[in-house]
Amino acid sequence: MTTDSGAASRDSRPASTEAGRDTYVRIDRVTKKFGAFTAVRQVSLDIRRGEIFCLLGGSGCGKTTLLRMLAGFEQPTEGRLYIDGVDVTDVPPYERPVNMMFQSYALFPHMSVFENVAFGLKQDRVPKAEIRDRVAEMLALVQLQDYGARKPHQLSGGQRQRVALARALAKRPKLLLLDEPLGALDKKLRERTQFELVGIQEKLGVTFVIVTHDQEEAMVLGTRIGVMHAGEILQVGTPTDIYEYPTSRYVADFIGSVNLYEGRIVEDEPDHVRIEVPDMATTVYVDHGIAAPPTAEVAVAIRPEKIHITPYKPLEAENVVRGTIQEIAYLGDNSRYVVRLDTGKVVRVTRPNVYRHDERLAWDDSVWMHWHPSSIVVVTR
Amino acid sequence: MSATARGPRAAAPGAPLRGALATGARLGLARRLVIGLPYFWLLLFFLVPFLIVLKISLSTTALRLPPYEPLVTWAADGVMQVKLHWSNFGFVLGDELYRTALLNSIEIAGVSTLICLLIGYPMAYGIARAPSAWRNVLFLLVALPFFTSFLLRVYAWIGLLGRNGPVNDLLLALGLVDQPLQLLQTDFAVYVGMVYSYLPFMVLPLYAAIEKLDLTLLEAAADLGARPVKTFFTVTLPLTKEGIFAGCLLVFIPAVGEFVIPALLGGPDTLMIGRVVWDEFFSNRDWPIASAIAILMLVLLLGFVVLLQRLQSREGRA
Ligand SMILES: Nc1ncnc2c1ncn2[C@@H]1O[C@H](COP(=O)(O)OP(=O)(O)OP(=O)(O)O)[C@@H](O)[C@H]1O
Ligand SMILES: [Mg+2]
Repeated sequence: MTTDSGAASRDSRPASTEAGRDTYVRIDRVTKKFGAFTAVRQVSLDIRRGEIFCLLGGSGCGKTTLLRMLAGFEQPTEGRLYIDGVDVTDVPPYERPVNMMFQSYALFPHMSVFENVAFGLKQDRVPKAEIRDRVAEMLALVQLQDYGARKPHQLSGGQRQRVALARALAKRPKLLLLDEPLGALDKKLRERTQFELVGIQEKLGVTFVIVTHDQEEAMVLGTRIGVMHAGEILQVGTPTDIYEYPTSRYVADFIGSVNLYEGRIVEDEPDHVRIEVPDMATTVYVDHGIAAPPTAEVAVAIRPEKIHITPYKPLEAENVVRGTIQEIAYLGDNSRYVVRLDTGKVVRVTRPNVYRHDERLAWDDSVWMHWHPSSIVVVTR
Repeated sequence: MSATARGPRAAAPGAPLRGALATGARLGLARRLVIGLPYFWLLLFFLVPFLIVLKISLSTTALRLPPYEPLVTWAADGVMQVKLHWSNFGFVLGDELYRTALLNSIEIAGVSTLICLLIGYPMAYGIARAPSAWRNVLFLLVALPFFTSFLLRVYAWIGLLGRNGPVNDLLLALGLVDQPLQLLQTDFAVYVGMVYSYLPFMVLPLYAAIEKLDLTLLEAAADLGARPVKTFFTVTLPLTKEGIFAGCLLVFIPAVGEFVIPALLGGPDTLMIGRVVWDEFFSNRDWPIASAIAILMLVLLLGFVVLLQRLQSREGRA
């Protein structure tokens, strides 16, 4: 576990402590089993009022299952769920103050757009005139004012998605659950809709829980991200926390790309450590202490964009390794290099192409790489 | 992949192309045969008998074989005479007996259809939502009666509902009645027979419609605050409407003209149109009147079906 300044201050923030002044949803040691298979394992999570919380993880890791338990479609095998301090574990879905936007949108095909959006309000016996106003307001919010009379099959995929959003928001829920809300959209539309979603969320102040397997989407949308793997939450934090201070090999590897090498602690001081990394044939200097027993099996992780690459020997004495360029990919905004070390291992490096005419490196060039001592993340899990 | 590569399009021009064209022509012929044969079949075995019945309905009875006058006669001087007796239809429409029989048939068929729907919907729902391992078994159970003859099954009900039958035995044993009930030869027995015989025709289309229903729609309704009963009436029922229409037609139409069940299970006062036709045909040997009734019924039912379809498609568009 890293105890660098960022992670330390995050953990001491008042809101994330158990007092949870702002906690709106509390998931307390929830487990969900399907037969012998455990889809969600002992998950505890606090979601704050008014935030956009992203559940991020690979396929089949249990994100949807967790969301469906919040909506009330699945019953936890163990554990309790609280919304706004009320235990809702045994409350049926139609009585929960929660609305969900389904991955497939689940629009009622036999109803018009207007009737779809009005459906939830009708269940609450809202007066007709008020329903009309509220639906109009919702359709204006998602820019579909003139589409009220259409049937879902007469809409494009993006329009359907917005109707689904309007329908889920019409009852003004305090908590909105979104399961891969943008999964069916193409890249351009998805990016635009991401910002629209954030805009709507800020305007209405609703708490969003968004399930996604797209890390970029999680980074753009989420005020905080919970990374799930095999039914467990591995780490919860802001996008920066998750990217810059991963606490496990899995999270470091899952988010973005990373160079990950196993190592052994050779010097353990409160303000710095040195870790011998056989794969790089060097000892890495880290400018902060770590909270791990000296015998722990640790790994060092370093992001490709944090590595400098030069054709000449840098001035620094520490954190310098030498290698040969094996692969170059020019991507326009930046270039990716794969550098082969003498040990046979490779290091991935990304550099921005700041100048048009750069003295670019070439294949088989001999290069030096170095990085700042604060750039290294040491993970124990 | 390799199959496409070897296909006619990928082949070199020239002779293979001609081969491809020939295959295309043959395919066209095969397709036409596949589509055409059933139509031919329907034409032969539906339209031709219909025309024969139509012909007889426009004739009058005669003491000959077959027992009706031919429509077309040749006079001695080579004049062809065609006599169409429309009066049969007038007679059938004007006579009290036929009207009562028809109304009675429609009532019995309608009530039977309704009972089939009320029993069949939960059945179909149960089967559609059963674990998939169970589904086939349940399905087989619904289709099981078809493995024995229809007539035999109706006869079995005579035994079951008789004075000394198991139903009466059970009622007596439970102390619900003091002496055996007269169940046979009542409308009750007719309803039992009808519902029993036609239930599978209701369940199968309903099952198909319910099975198709997207379960997330029900979750969406619950999520928006609809209780299960409300969800059923606002989502499930409207979205399985086509199955309901199909099931009701499949039950109602044959039930209106049903002859065997009222004849075997019904009493003397169970007046159904099928029985009237039978009597006209075999007892009175009045083929033209029997045919006229059949034609009128066909027109009536056809009109009914067209009306239903209109209603349904209008709702679909709205
Ligand atoms: N009703 C069910 N019965 C049995 N197993 C289930 C059921 N629902 C989900 N699972 C299993 O639980 C695991 C988690 O499923 P879940 O749908 O939560 O995954 P997910 O994280 O949403 O994945 P994806 O990104 O692919 O949607 C999967 O392995 C899945 O096969
Ligand atoms: Mg999912």
